[in-house]
Amino acid sequence: MYPAPFRYHRPATLGSALTLLAELGAGARPLAGGQSLIPILKMRMDEPSDLVDIGRLTELTHIRKDADRYHLGALATHARIAASAAAAEIPALHDCAANIADPQVRSLGTIGGSISIADPSSDWPTLLHLLDAQVVCRGLHGSRTIDIRDFITDSYSNSLADGELVTEIQIPVPPANSGGAYLGFKKAAPAYPAAAAGVQLTLTAGNICQTIRLALGAAGPVPVTSGDIEQSLVGEPLTEAKLQQAAAALVDLSDPPTDARGSAEFKRTMLHTLVVRAARMALQRAQGDVVKGSHDYA
Amino acid sequence: MPETLPTAAVRVTVNGKPCERQVEPRQLLVEFIREELRLTGTHIGCDTSFCGACTVLLDGAPVKSCTLLAVQADGAELTTVEALEQDGQVHPLQQAFSEQHGLQCGYCTPGMFMSSLALLAEHPEPSPQDIRKALSGNLCRCTGYQNIIKSVQTAATLLRQEG
Ligand SMILES: Cc1cc2nc3c(=O)[nH]c(=O)nc-3n(C[C@H](O)[C@H](O)[C@H](O)COP(=O)(O)OP(=O)(O)OC[C@H]3O[C@@H](n4cnc5c(N)ncnc54)[C@H](O)[C@@H]3O)c2cc1C
Ligand code: FES
Ligand code: FES
Repeated sequence: MYPAPFRYHRPATLGSALTLLAELGAGARPLAGGQSLIPILKMRMDEPSDLVDIGRLTELTHIRKDADRYHLGALATHARIAASAAAAEIPALHDCAANIADPQVRSLGTIGGSISIADPSSDWPTLLHLLDAQVVCRGLHGSRTIDIRDFITDSYSNSLADGELVTEIQIPVPPANSGGAYLGFKKAAPAYPAAAAGVQLTLTAGNICQTIRLALGAAGPVPVTSGDIEQSLVGEPLTEAKLQQAAAALVDLSDPPTDARGSAEFKRTMLHTLVVRAARMALQRAQGDVVKGSHDYA
Repeated sequence: MPETLPTAAVRVTVNGKPCERQVEPRQLLVEFIREELRLTGTHIGCDTSFCGACTVLLDGAPVKSCTLLAVQADGAELTTVEALEQDGQVHPLQQAFSEQHGLQCGYCTPGMFMSSLALLAEHPEPSPQDIRKALSGNLCRCTGYQNIIKSVQTAATLLRQEG
């Protein structure tokens, strides 16, 4: 299978990439790791006139920490993030990065490409919701920072303007006594999850829930979250009964499609189970336990 | 869209040897390796990014060469299955797969070798779970995975003995 012919460009700097994208217009696509775009081109679901290879822009590969947040360059690969200090400090980040697809896809696939393609089943958008991540976008005329909730607008849709690129994802460092977990279920490693869920929380002394984020993935066009459900859990201990209730309420808001990965009914059952398990794991981690494993596809 | 578009240069080091070709930008790396360089040990199984038969090492990291443009590899060091046998001497991975019946038809084997090679470079003493995880992007339709895992464990032992 071959993509339709296109012109190939490999600008040396971010500035020249942005200029090129602006000049080339609507027929051009940025190319990062290619792990979504190349399959799309091979199936001729898209026939761009030009590919602008941003894959070597060293301005976009960083993973670094400052006082209160991690900065992940758009080109940070799943594999590099999984092995980073950020993943060591934030277990849910490790759960996600280390279990996307298989080693080959993780070598090349990037966090910026993942959120830009905004596949409704992809892992990063759901995980980044949990961590209140911000997306830095840059066009010819400057940068802006968007909340991940506003960045992903629909399935396969984002709020990038024409010619704009994602340059960085920022993740606030979770406070002390925080814990999180991200779990997916899929039939084989090189496949998107049929269902996924994550929880990130902070406890006070006495194990009272101080803050909590819940998110479901592969559960509709965009990650499913609810401020109201989260709020209903704050200020009390997270009992099993409360978790079950919150999980049921959240799954009620989901709308997973029946497809090759399973029926909607099966997926709803999986979403419920996964979010409860993720919450239990998040609680353990917030209390200082090292819980490894998450969802290993081996 | 005109039919002929500019070609692009691809300069790579393949198994230690520098190679240069002028190719269509849409050429996939696996086609470059098989058709331009005539190194046909790298197989095309699914052609849809799933099976891992096309796995090669790009600057040491395993990648699916059916899901990468040749131009993206420009400047890189590639390692393909042809790097394993040296002067008629099989590589410990090849010896181990043979001894432990780690293959039947052999179609998936080049990909299994390359993923295993990347694993053993980083983890000289992998656990069975490490091996399963490292090979999770490589499918085999005939052997069953038990013997493949055993083969990689045996190869690890042989490599450590060679030391
Ligand atoms: C076999 C297989 C299994 C997979 N399984 C999973 C899985 O389980 N979970 C999961 O989450 N993902 C999975 N993926 C997808 C994978 O994670 C991709 O890496 C990711 O979706 C895209 O990242 P990329 O760098 O490869 O982007 P590319 O494919 O290069 O680009 C994707 C899209 O984003 C645009 N783009 C890329 N970078 C930018 C940028 N910085 N700014 C603006 N636009 C940009 C491109 O123009 C393109 O439209 C799988 C892929 C394969 C091939
Ligand atoms: S041929 Fe490349 S993954 Fe199957
Ligand atoms: S030996 Fe036949 S596919 Fe693996």
